[in-house]
Amino acid sequence: MKILVVAEQRDGKVKKAGWEAVRAGRTLADATRGEVIALVIGNAIKEAAAGAGNYGAHRALAVEHPRLSAYSTTAYTKIVAEAAKQSGATVVLIPATSQGKDYAPRVAVRLEAGLAADCTSLSVDNGTIVATRPIYAGKAVTDVRITSPMQVFTLRPNVFTAGEPSATAATVDVFNVTLSEEDFRSVVTDVKQSSGKLDVAEADIIVSGGRGLKGPEHFVMIEELAEVLGAAVGASRAVVDAGWRPHDEQVGQTGKTVSPSLYIAVAISGAIQHLAGMSSSKYIVAINKDKDAPIFQVADYGIVGDAFEVVPAVTAAAKQLLGK
Amino acid sequence: MKLIACVNHVPDTATKVNVASDGKSIDRTGVNFIINPYDEFAVEECLRQKEKNGGEIIAVSLGTDVHKETLRKCLAMGVDKAVLLKDDGARDTFGVAKALAEYLREQAADVIFFGKQSVDGDDAAVGPMVAELLGIPSVTVVVKVAIAGTKVTAEREIEGGHEIVETSLPCVITAQKGLNDPRYPSLKGIMGAKNKPIEERPASPDASRSTVAAMRKPKAKAGGKIVGTDASAAQELVRLLHEEAKVI
Repeated sequence: MKILVVAEQRDGKVKKAGWEAVRAGRTLADATRGEVIALVIGNAIKEAAAGAGNYGAHRALAVEHPRLSAYSTTAYTKIVAEAAKQSGATVVLIPATSQGKDYAPRVAVRLEAGLAADCTSLSVDNGTIVATRPIYAGKAVTDVRITSPMQVFTLRPNVFTAGEPSATAATVDVFNVTLSEEDFRSVVTDVKQSSGKLDVAEADIIVSGGRGLKGPEHFVMIEELAEVLGAAVGASRAVVDAGWRPHDEQVGQTGKTVSPSLYIAVAISGAIQHLAGMSSSKYIVAINKDKDAPIFQVADYGIVGDAFEVVPAVTAAAKQLLGK
Repeated sequence: MKLIACVNHVPDTATKVNVASDGKSIDRTGVNFIINPYDEFAVEECLRQKEKNGGEIIAVSLGTDVHKETLRKCLAMGVDKAVLLKDDGARDTFGVAKALAEYLREQAADVIFFGKQSVDGDDAAVGPMVAELLGIPSVTVVVKVAIAGTKVTAEREIEGGHEIVETSLPCVITAQKGLNDPRYPSLKGIMGAKNKPIEERPASPDASRSTVAAMRKPKAKAGGKIVGTDASAAQELVRLLHEEAKVI
């Protein structure tokens, strides 16, 4: 099968989730004697596109346009759909980032394709792709088969592995798409980055705090541990609803579903809806004074103790280890 | 201004999910169903836009008669009209989007609001699919929206920040937590909603393009290790994370 993979870039650099998708495409291609074509969209991104070869792409397409230095749902929909049609790809892989999730459903409609969203694994069975995707924020898992000739999959970041880059650069062809004013009906006019803040959806390590911290002022200790570990700060629904933390930090069924390498839950009891959002993390640490808290059932390592004493000690020990 | 909120009826996030005997769907026994939490923000935003600009609000849901409970909640919150597109199948996102789009096309609304995702399937796909089917713009995961004339300025959540998106009416907007604070229906609203009619229409035939081959519970984690019961365990925890788990 011929597989088109969108390697999402920001500021001219392909994101990790983009390389993960390229590598996943290569695995599918190897299982079906197919071809992987990476697609990079933006302005002045040809060099970034060549990097797709390092992660297994057979070749790359670059779509460049001055107006594409900003994201546009409508323009991206057209470009990805056109690239799939003209390259003869029948499978399209898109990272399930905030951007990918925004335009992938529209691409699926335009290609008359079925969509399997936020997949955590792809395999080939008798020549067709079986996508595994969690539902109910991970309380259950489904195997999905797309029945249409064209197929679109979005891949959850941080789950597929990009692997070590090889030295093979991909040949980059410029792909021309005619973009009219109509194709820029919705445009991003400004991006407000939370200063230096790492997002829970992208972080490799997350330190989360819950209601057991007793007040917003005690999150300082969570922030300190997060800083030492290079981690993002997360929060339970209870503390977000109480207004202690912004909702973009909320982990759980009505917040973000995360799968970092390490998730440290501090003073979080582990309500079902919270566990659903984080139990696919590779390693989980629970720090809670209630030994019966449900969070210990999913934790790999636990400390049954007072967070106010344990967390600063963990921060100090980590500082020492990491030489900070 | 004509505003439409598309709403779903889903298992309460506090409930456990078990797989039914067919191995492809959830066991609904004893499960409490509620309005999809993100759809409450969609309904609330319709109410606020109507307060500013006047107009009419329709709440629409696709499903069986049990969805009427969620539609009644919308009526109690203050929407003007509720419509149930009757369907008892298990559609995929495209199947749902297609049926909604057929109804929505004839309504020609100015803004169609959805929750950013339904907390059952977690696809986050139906809103943008409907927009594409109708040939109108969509802005997803929105935490702020301003409408001036036909110009729409929306703020959407992205990794580590926000994007400001400019587009125009008519459009689809999917609501993220933070967009507003949904109101509780008043007693008068709840009583009034009981007698309001819910329009019923058959949903168009299923156009799904995918099937669920199997559903299962995720693998349960093996019990972990209690490293200690006070701050003196910190050193050992950090050592385990470094040497055994190799994650720091």
